[in-house]
Amino acid sequence: MLLFVLSVGLSVTLGLMNFINLAHGAFAMLGGYTAVWLMRQFGLPFLLTLPLAFLAAAAVSILFERTLFRRLYGAGELNQVLFTIGLVFVAAAGATFVFGTGQQPIVLPDWLRGSVELFGLRFGIYRMFLIVVALAITGLLYFTLERTRFGAQIRAAVDNQRVAQGLGLNVERIFAITFALGSGLAGLGGALAIEIVGLDPSFGFHFLVYVLIVVAVGGLGSVTGSFVGAALLGIGDVAGKYFVPEIGSFLIYLLLVAILLVRPMGLFGKR
Amino acid sequence: MFAKTTYAIALAAGLSVSYQALAQETVKIGLIMAYSGPFADTANQMQAGIDLWLAEHDGMVGGKKVELIKKDTGGPAADVAQRLAQELVVRDGVDIIAGFTLTPEALGAADIATQGNKMMVVMNAATSVITEKSPLIVRTSLTIPQLNYAFGKWAVEKGGVNSAYTLVADYGPGHDAEKAFAKGFTEAGGSIVGADASPVANPDFSAFVQRIKDANPQSVYIFIPGGAQPPAIGKALSDRGLTPPDVKVFGQGELTLPEALESMGDTAKGIITTFHYTMERDDPLNNEFVKAYRDANNGRSPDIFSVGGFDGMHLIDEALKKTGGDTDGAKLVEAAKGMAWDSPRGPISIDPETREIVQTVWIREVQEVDGKYQNVIIDQIPNVKDPLHGAAK
Amino acid sequence: MSAVAPASSDPVAWLRRRSRLSVFEIVFWLSMLLPFFFFPTYLTLASQVAITALFAISVDLILGYAGIVTLGHAMFFGLGAYVAGLLSARLGWGEPISGLFIAGAFAGLVGFVASYLIVRVQHMALLMVTLGLGFLTYELANAMTWLTGGTDGLSGVNTWPIFNHFRFDLWGYTAYSYSLVVLLLGFLISRRIVNSSFGLALRGIRENVRRMPAIGSEHRWHLQKVYTISAAMAGVAGALLTQSTNTVALEVLSFQRSADVVVMLILGGTGRLYGAILGSIIFLLVRDQAAGLNPQYWYFWIGLLLMIVVLFLPKGILGGLSRLVRRNG
Repeated sequence: MLLFVLSVGLSVTLGLMNFINLAHGAFAMLGGYTAVWLMRQFGLPFLLTLPLAFLAAAAVSILFERTLFRRLYGAGELNQVLFTIGLVFVAAAGATFVFGTGQQPIVLPDWLRGSVELFGLRFGIYRMFLIVVALAITGLLYFTLERTRFGAQIRAAVDNQRVAQGLGLNVERIFAITFALGSGLAGLGGALAIEIVGLDPSFGFHFLVYVLIVVAVGGLGSVTGSFVGAALLGIGDVAGKYFVPEIGSFLIYLLLVAILLVRPMGLFGKR
Repeated sequence: MFAKTTYAIALAAGLSVSYQALAQETVKIGLIMAYSGPFADTANQMQAGIDLWLAEHDGMVGGKKVELIKKDTGGPAADVAQRLAQELVVRDGVDIIAGFTLTPEALGAADIATQGNKMMVVMNAATSVITEKSPLIVRTSLTIPQLNYAFGKWAVEKGGVNSAYTLVADYGPGHDAEKAFAKGFTEAGGSIVGADASPVANPDFSAFVQRIKDANPQSVYIFIPGGAQPPAIGKALSDRGLTPPDVKVFGQGELTLPEALESMGDTAKGIITTFHYTMERDDPLNNEFVKAYRDANNGRSPDIFSVGGFDGMHLIDEALKKTGGDTDGAKLVEAAKGMAWDSPRGPISIDPETREIVQTVWIREVQEVDGKYQNVIIDQIPNVKDPLHGAAK
Repeated sequence: MSAVAPASSDPVAWLRRRSRLSVFEIVFWLSMLLPFFFFPTYLTLASQVAITALFAISVDLILGYAGIVTLGHAMFFGLGAYVAGLLSARLGWGEPISGLFIAGAFAGLVGFVASYLIVRVQHMALLMVTLGLGFLTYELANAMTWLTGGTDGLSGVNTWPIFNHFRFDLWGYTAYSYSLVVLLLGFLISRRIVNSSFGLALRGIRENVRRMPAIGSEHRWHLQKVYTISAAMAGVAGALLTQSTNTVALEVLSFQRSADVVVMLILGGTGRLYGAILGSIIFLLVRDQAAGLNPQYWYFWIGLLLMIVVLFLPKGILGGLSRLVRRNG
């Protein structure tokens, strides 16, 4: 489910805004470092750092969106890809500069550690926690996008900028908020991921590929798709390793290629 | 074409002659390491070890000023390492090449060392075969079989188990570790009940751990690269209840590096690892080393990479003293053969036949000391040679 | 390469005019010989630049001319590199020129098979499929340690002297001459392709896929053809790398390499063969110099360069230059 938490934000930027933001990993890293730094310097509890990680990534992303990204909305896919990769490079160098190259471990509160016995199977508490968070995010997002006025505005703005503008919607602002939402979710995902995968300056690159796969498989712009995609890949990956460890590492890529050939828009793709 | 070639060789020879003249006052050491990319942290720690040694010796080796020329490979790129080695020899006129974070780097540069007659000091890369690739390679780090073969034997003879399940990262060092451990383990009468390899870049271990649980062995042997994975595997094991004392967990020291212990918490308790350097070892030389290292690096502790760099510099220094400052590769390597000294890791020496390091292998167990978990030495195996090279001779 | 309307109505003559060598080009290729005289210590770097440029041209053929966005082309580069390496290390055949052909043919064959998948998808899905295939190949090579040497790389490659005469020397003389000749050949072939009616058809596909069938152009088949050619060329580039370094590491298949080459293209300018060459030169020189100055943070500059190019020179450096020339000329 970790994959979901990391990728849902990208699904928002990529799917809703059609902007291929590979710097997603950089925002996740930012969120991660924010959480670590707050816990280290100010001794804040882990749970409190999560919303702060979200806010930090969102705030920084608004800055970038206003100054840089907005110029690229109309650019080709490739330019978006390269620009944001460039940004990841810069972010990685920055993180190395500020925090050094080492791993940044975090210490979880006691109630999130260990595991519980349920129906004869053991589950890590932290993983359960992640699943709960993932479900909460999905619910909130689904509600926001499908059931509120703001969600309708976003969809309108994405579908047809001009008409939306003509109807008096402030498209620029809507885009900025959407982008911040996506990046904020990345930051949150980054903070949540440290416990399982650690954090160092190459974080931004490391998970990029997995996250892209999840979004591509799930379908662009579909939160449900990301959720299913992440679950499918997660389960497929684990099952693959469990039953046929010899090919465990390629399974995920085989799945990806196979699914995309059958459904180029992903499982829940709308366009 | 030929005219050009002759001209260039003449030119380059001219360059190297002028460098030779310069070499009277300075020694140039070219460092080839993965300063950027996923292994940047390893390279960083090696560099800190090198820098500490130089700081303690006023930046001199063999009575001359050292000039370090650092080159970045960005990761396990053999071709880049080869080019950099070539440039160091041809363009920068270095006297010695050193560093080598990763095996492919060392393999890529080996030919250049031979052709250019430069001593090549491998300060980290740990695959056995490296030292066979050039007669001018000397290693001051470790070989993976060296640690694990002896450890496999120890696990049966003193660890009190006779079945093990191995789980290693699916790449060269992992396979080496698994082979060496299994060899030692079975020779001592134990049996390996299962072996799996996990993808290097995918730190979700739950599936593998479940497989281990199904096989129900008395012990698990784990080899994974340091970094993010030790805490991940530690948690996966404890989630499934595969923890000491019910199931013994063995591994190479990367599994319980201090950073890993910090985030593993209780899950690390009782894990037994094999390593050639233990930071906590109470020994005057080591204590001094650890203290100086922390002072120089904002409180960060040294690790095996630091000690590899530190000892590598010591070796270069001693070899130069022996040759009287002559930087000829063959002479330097000759001087390094059989050299023995006390390092922060314990007594070490260079095997005159294989140019490999010979050292003590420490067996450590994670125990609680003053409320913090750390690696406590429970046994030692002195003067271990690399079994593959030892066996070949 | 501005799209000037043809002066005469004879398309063949127009194509022929497009493929004439200009004075600038001759000067450019002659300048490629400069390293021999002025920077003899940079020859190894120069040969790697030439190899990378050939790889970049192969990607430009599909990305710049046919509009196939790829993030996995290192797959073919790596295949070529491994084939050339295995020929020597496992079969003891180290003759370089035949090695190039075999490696190119093999990569081309795999490219042909892969092209059936590639032409079925577009946009984001295409990006992901190429990426997936690239990773798949990487993982395969990693898993087949008995064959490829896995993460430690393949050693024991021994390339024989070219024509039994020119050894690969420490200075990189032979390596550079050899790579440069192969690059020139690859370049001329590519030029011939893009300035043929086939090349025009590809550009048509890039501009408007839907309309091509309407004017009777088999667009899928065209795409498959160019993809195969491009794969073969990437394979040759990989084989060159193997032969000039005598090692093969897993890294030749890495995502990093696939991404780097696309970066170079964008730097230089896509849809221009010289853009590919220029981009490789700039990228590798900047990287070499920046990494020399500061081994830990050099990629910061690469990142910055990328962002600047994308923002201010969306058509790459060459594109920007040609715009300037047109504005002032």
